[in-house]
Amino acid sequence: MLNVESVDKIYPNGAHALAGVSLALAAGEIVAVVGGSGCGKSTLLRLIAGLDRATQGRIRLDGEFIDAPHAAVGLVFQEPRLLPWLTVAQNVGFGLADRPRAERQRLVAEVLERVGLADYAQCWPRELSGGQAQRVAIARALAPRPKVLLLDEPFSALDAFTRASLQEHVLDLWAALRPTLLLVTHDVEEAAFLADRVLVMRPRPGRFSAAIELRLPRPRDRYGASVEASKRRILNALDRSLRAVPGGEELAPAAAI
Amino acid sequence: MTTFDQVSAAGEPAFQRQAERINRGMSRRFILGLLVPVVLAIAWEAAVSLGIASGRLMPPPTRLFGTLWDLAATGELFRHIGATTARVAVGFALGVVAATLVGALAGASRLSRELLDPTLQGLRAVPSIAWVPLFILWFGIFEQSKIMLIAVGCFFPVYLGVLGAILSVDRKIVEVGRSFRLSPVALVRRILLPAILPTYVVSLRTGLGLGWMFVVAAEFMGASEGLGYLLVDGQQLGKPAQILAAILTFALLGKLTDGLLAAAAAPFLKWQDAFAPRN
Repeated sequence: MLNVESVDKIYPNGAHALAGVSLALAAGEIVAVVGGSGCGKSTLLRLIAGLDRATQGRIRLDGEFIDAPHAAVGLVFQEPRLLPWLTVAQNVGFGLADRPRAERQRLVAEVLERVGLADYAQCWPRELSGGQAQRVAIARALAPRPKVLLLDEPFSALDAFTRASLQEHVLDLWAALRPTLLLVTHDVEEAAFLADRVLVMRPRPGRFSAAIELRLPRPRDRYGASVEASKRRILNALDRSLRAVPGGEELAPAAAI
Repeated sequence: MTTFDQVSAAGEPAFQRQAERINRGMSRRFILGLLVPVVLAIAWEAAVSLGIASGRLMPPPTRLFGTLWDLAATGELFRHIGATTARVAVGFALGVVAATLVGALAGASRLSRELLDPTLQGLRAVPSIAWVPLFILWFGIFEQSKIMLIAVGCFFPVYLGVLGAILSVDRKIVEVGRSFRLSPVALVRRILLPAILPTYVVSLRTGLGLGWMFVVAAEFMGASEGLGYLLVDGQQLGKPAQILAAILTFALLGKLTDGLLAAAAAPFLKWQDAFAPRN
């Protein structure tokens, strides 16, 4: 459904951020991209979000090329990036300006209810905690009902308890609305807990070095044996990718994943 | 979560207590602020009426207010206030419109910024009063040169405010607008304008303050009415009470217009996460 086809990204300063990255997402699946800082995983997300253009290769959503932000692709940044002059409800409705007022209000109320912040609709962003602000940001991205939701290390600035509860939250939202989720993270536990598939990225230039299938049933036990085993598999692959040791679940760089 | 929950759990009384505390704090500050001028005024009044001082060059408060009353009773005071306020209003409006347009242009396009900004910064270094002789030659000694001087005085703080505010808009927030596919016009209206508004309001208030400053210089250039004329007239005819009456009127007008401007902007800025509560 979402296809990234051998994409290269070279920044004007010459930095080679991505080389021959390919990726195919099926509708409704949850895929995590893990890798160290600066490995190009955020660049990949920015390309899919249409905020940057690929130097080579192309990205298609249901066959349609993406080279600018697309209505069917929602994006949640690392920071909430709420607009401080809008109330929570207005922030959530930010992407719905073209809808009739009644429909906008209904969509906003519905998604705020889903993230558990219906009582905060008239609050200012400054009145929210970090976790609440990020929930509003997720609600804002989901309000237009995108087919694909991109999450760029969305919980990395939060404490461990808040992070765990937000992960549960995202799973609830996913179960209700069934968007395709593409999550970029450096948190191995997060990937093991959330994803159907984990792609390991290797830096300079960024490319996938391993694909790990985790078709585990949900709900998963965060501290259970299967999530622990998945974590170990991801860590192993990360370790090998950093030391560039072939073997195991490693793939040839240009292989379609 | 905590602050909101605490407030809503405590309910109305917490808000009321807080409001009362703020009110008490404000009246306390008001009284403390008035204390020094009122005591000085009473002391001076007493000194003059006891014959310790003559009060010829520094009239006591009763004579000052008497003069003010007389000026008001003949309607003369309001004619002068009207003339001065009209000059400030027109000059301020011209300066603000020009500064906003030029500032927006310089903020929006790198080329126009590189073309315009060095020249404007150079002109800004000229003390605005230095333009007076030139403006008199160019525009004559009547209204036009006065208004131009005020407009120039208001221009620079507003220009700097607009340009600085545009350049410091958070790239990350602009990106949010892009990710929701806002058109350039919508980006300006929904992201840039609200983002620069707080700085803009501050620069407008600075500009207005300078407008009141320059109107005096403009009216010193020769005017037959206006508060600046009252000052010059008071000096030439040796009427210190009239000078002080004009000064007092300036203080009140300046404070009043600044307060009006701040109050007009307040509803649009109540989202701010400010360090100190505004008043």
